Amino acid sequence: MALAFDEYGRPFIILKEQEQKTRLRGIEAQKANISAGKAVARILRTSLGPKGMDKMLQSPDGDVTITNDGATILEQMDVDNQIAKLMVELSRSQDYEIGDGTTGVVVMAGALLEQAERLLERGIHPIRIAEGYEMASRIAVEHLDHIAQKFDFGPTNIEPLVQTCMTTLSSKIVNRCKRPLAEIAVKAVLSVADLERKDVNLDLIKVEGKVGGKLEDTELVYGITVDKDMSHPQMPKKIDDAKIAILTCPFEPPKPKTKHKVDIDTVEKFQTLRQQEQKYFDDMVQKCKDVGATLVICQWGFDDEANHLLMHRNLPAVRWVGGVELELIAIATGGRIVPRFQELTPEKLGRAGLVREKSFGTTKDKMLYIEHCANSRAVTIFIRGGNKMMIEETKRSIHDALCVARNLIRNNSIVYGGGSAEISCSIAVEAAADKYPGVEQYAIRAFADALDSVSIALAENSGLQPIETLSAVKSQQIKENNPHFGIDCNDVGTNDMREQNVFETLIGKQQQILLATQVVKMILKIDDVISPSDF
Amino acid sequence: LSGIRISDFPKHRAYDQVFFLCTKTQSYSRPSYFPWRCIEKILKDDASEEKGERARMASFVGAIAITDLVKTTLGPKGMDKILQSTGRGHEVTVTNDGATILKSLHIDNPAAKVLIDISKVQDDEVGDGTTSVVVLAGELLREAEKLVAAKIHPMTIISGYRMAAECARNALLQRVVDNKENAEKFKSDLMKIAMTTLSSKILSQDKEHFAQLAVDAVMRLKGSTNLEAIQIIKKPGGSLKDSFLDEGFILDKKIGLGQPKRIENAKILVANTAMDTDKVKIYGARVRVDSMSKVAEIEGAEKEKMREKVKKILGHGINCFVNRQLIYNFPEELFADAGILAIEHADFDGIERLALVTGGEIASTFDNPESVKLGHCKLIEEIMIGEDKLIHFSGVEMGQACTIVLRGASHHVLDEAERSLHDALCVLSQTVNDTRVLLGGGWPEMVMAKEVDELARKTPGKKSHAIEAFSRALVAIPTIIADNAGLDSADLVAKLRAEHHKEGCNAGIDVISGSVGDMAELGISEAFKVKQAVLLSATEAAEMILRVDEIITCAPRKREDRM
Repeated sequence: MALAFDEYGRPFIILKEQEQKTRLRGIEAQKANISAGKAVARILRTSLGPKGMDKMLQSPDGDVTITNDGATILEQMDVDNQIAKLMVELSRSQDYEIGDGTTGVVVMAGALLEQAERLLERGIHPIRIAEGYEMASRIAVEHLDHIAQKFDFGPTNIEPLVQTCMTTLSSKIVNRCKRPLAEIAVKAVLSVADLERKDVNLDLIKVEGKVGGKLEDTELVYGITVDKDMSHPQMPKKIDDAKIAILTCPFEPPKPKTKHKVDIDTVEKFQTLRQQEQKYFDDMVQKCKDVGATLVICQWGFDDEANHLLMHRNLPAVRWVGGVELELIAIATGGRIVPRFQELTPEKLGRAGLVREKSFGTTKDKMLYIEHCANSRAVTIFIRGGNKMMIEETKRSIHDALCVARNLIRNNSIVYGGGSAEISCSIAVEAAADKYPGVEQYAIRAFADALDSVSIALAENSGLQPIETLSAVKSQQIKENNPHFGIDCNDVGTNDMREQNVFETLIGKQQQILLATQVVKMILKIDDVISPSDF
Repeated sequence: LSGIRISDFPKHRAYDQVFFLCTKTQSYSRPSYFPWRCIEKILKDDASEEKGERARMASFVGAIAITDLVKTTLGPKGMDKILQSTGRGHEVTVTNDGATILKSLHIDNPAAKVLIDISKVQDDEVGDGTTSVVVLAGELLREAEKLVAAKIHPMTIISGYRMAAECARNALLQRVVDNKENAEKFKSDLMKIAMTTLSSKILSQDKEHFAQLAVDAVMRLKGSTNLEAIQIIKKPGGSLKDSFLDEGFILDKKIGLGQPKRIENAKILVANTAMDTDKVKIYGARVRVDSMSKVAEIEGAEKEKMREKVKKILGHGINCFVNRQLIYNFPEELFADAGILAIEHADFDGIERLALVTGGEIASTFDNPESVKLGHCKLIEEIMIGEDKLIHFSGVEMGQACTIVLRGASHHVLDEAERSLHDALCVLSQTVNDTRVLLGGGWPEMVMAKEVDELARKTPGKKSHAIEAFSRALVAIPTIIADNAGLDSADLVAKLRAEHHKEGCNAGIDVISGSVGDMAELGISEAFKVKQAVLLSATEAAEMILRVDEIITCAPRKREDRM
């Protein structure tokens, strides 16, 4: 196959080591790619929606993860196929960009591929299909703009935000207490949000988890928690109005970077050196004390002597605090990170209203809470839960909820969930299809069918009759010209998503459609797959 | 049909433990050998995927296998397990503590891992009920398996279980007894709880003795849950009955040579400092000399330094010095000369505890003798337990810490005794904070089952099957307790159920006489906190496993054989 002939009829090899490669071309390649993409989508399909099931993933080291977050499933799945890897990327980019809807985007792409396969069988050229999809996606996105609604919220009226976060959380295992968690997420986002600039820096929200307790014990700490304890067991466990020195230098004698040697050859030198050493420790502690610090947080360790001196001078200290945590503490308390003792000044100290040590359970786990900080914009969500998997899953769910809240602050347009937006788009795309002359018309119609299949998956997972439900909702939407009808997953009794308070963000939905179309276009354009065959 | 492991479908239940508990038998299932995999190969070689019913089946089987494994240890007549480690020496542990058993297993089944995890958390959080939580979760799954087979969707089962768990918790809350106000009664509650906890352990023969020990120790903590302050010293020899609680503090160390063996009104300095050749800490310092005499001089200076340090320490006016680090011969000699008791190499916990007990401060520098807080105690003496000499500090200022000395025939007995005592201490310290108490002996389960059954009758829809199943799972616990005691469980549980139909009944299983008895009269109590944790985490774990409809196992990481 990879053999060509020059003008004298001699063969030459285009592809090196061709016997070790396998090669798929033309329609074969497209079929294979589509079936791989569909296989990935099929795995995620059952995880869609509030009644979606979880997947259990066992990592190469034997650790177990249980999740229904699309991005996490695909990331940990150890995928080998190239096209499948593309789908993983797709879900990941949705995760980075929006943070939610990672399952939906893959299911959508899978549906588009499935439709494309049928069109290919009919002999439509892949590029034409891709172009049709592109047009259709544009129609759908415009239509979404059209049906989107603005909704108002403010620092006092957080109810709409909480409702949206609850929609996100309802598909996770934590839906038992989605209300408190949604409130925590919204409060956390609002406390770090810059409502003027409509920007949220999620880095300021730290999500910490500790095994034990109940999910209901999860709390929002206005401040920072550090998984450390005081360096000396007898230091005070609670400090009010702490002035915090944040140090990145160890309480140890200096270690100049240039290579050097101090030679001791006389008794006097030995003694001076000793005195200097003692003075050095004393100076370090004194400097901290002089600037008025009441708590020292240090990135490095302490010498025993320094530790005792600190304790003795009534200066509580925490050692071995990680770099990221140190930065967060600095942001929260308004302090500066000080790399040398000489540079300590009173202005560089951070301030916190309350620092306390808290212990948990029967083991000697201790955490340090830094609260009532000068700059209250850094917050920590502290998750408790029955076991490690639960905590990890809660972390992921909280992350999704945080992202949703952030997206709403950036852009407060929403569309209604429960498949209603997809159905409405499908109707619009279907209607628009007839206006296009040429082969693309088929592709556009196929796009509409693909949009439907997302809603079908939703209905299937909720244990409803998929086709009956979908057609009922669709006719209802057209009859009443109301895009708010969706699939009643929770058996509430109404189809109107506005009454059920099921929202999704507009940008999230738009991004889903655009990303899925892009990836499908990319897959359709591939007509030659060359891979090493030595498996 | 890609890559099914044949082993996931055991023909007989008896086999499944074998299949799921051995990691090594894995190698027969290499999915890559199946030729049709290459068509839709998405996952890497060796990775496997199980879907829908198959996945559910695999997790049910795994979870139930684990449950069956620990089931026989439940209750006062539960049996022990021998665990042999694969490491060097093939050490043997004999235990019936659920968490210890499960911790030591090498499990390959992901669902089983979830159960092990909850048992660990239960151990960390409340310390007891580690077996019950696994058994309840397993029974819930066993019931769920039947429901799934009857074509009820897992999500429906989950929502039923949730309602049932909430209802069960409320039922417990209504029947809970709180004797916080009455100190006398509360103490007897604690005593009962300790006895109940210990009755299923190796200490059951002397449970009164040990319950008294545990209650005394916990009462001294005055509400703190820091069990660090209770030191447990194990000394083989004697019998379990010879174990005792010491109000003072016992340090497992010897007194240095030539130093006083008995000090009254001791002033103790607790330190963490180097008492060997005190190193120069400035980086890069080294000794460079050109003659032997210089070496001698520097050595002299070093000695002088140590002497000074010792002098400074002596300046505190102490007569006992305890250091965390080593004390070399030379300073030890100096201390002996000054008539001071010097104890070296007390481990870190020991130091902290000692500081806590004597009220001293852990010191590392000795320049300001006037401001360092010293520890005090009335008497330090060397005592003998068995053949070992220990140092005993008695008449200490702060009574918060204490020492329990365990005696027993062998190391295995002592280890198991320590675990049992630890369980009891954990439960008691948690109960001191949350003083609500329930009766034991299967009583709480029956109370919950009754309420849950009533809820099932009231609930319309498919959920009611799940709620009913929940109550069956709850009743399984008294059934297992009775079975383990060799009693006729069907008869007993039926009687118990009939008894519980009356209002305000206290009936439970009296394992000793083998009949239904009044738990309040028999004095069998359990802590509410433990029961609640068992109920909630078991439901949570069952829910988690039920929600799974696909298991994807990555290829195990290749390990180089170090042998």
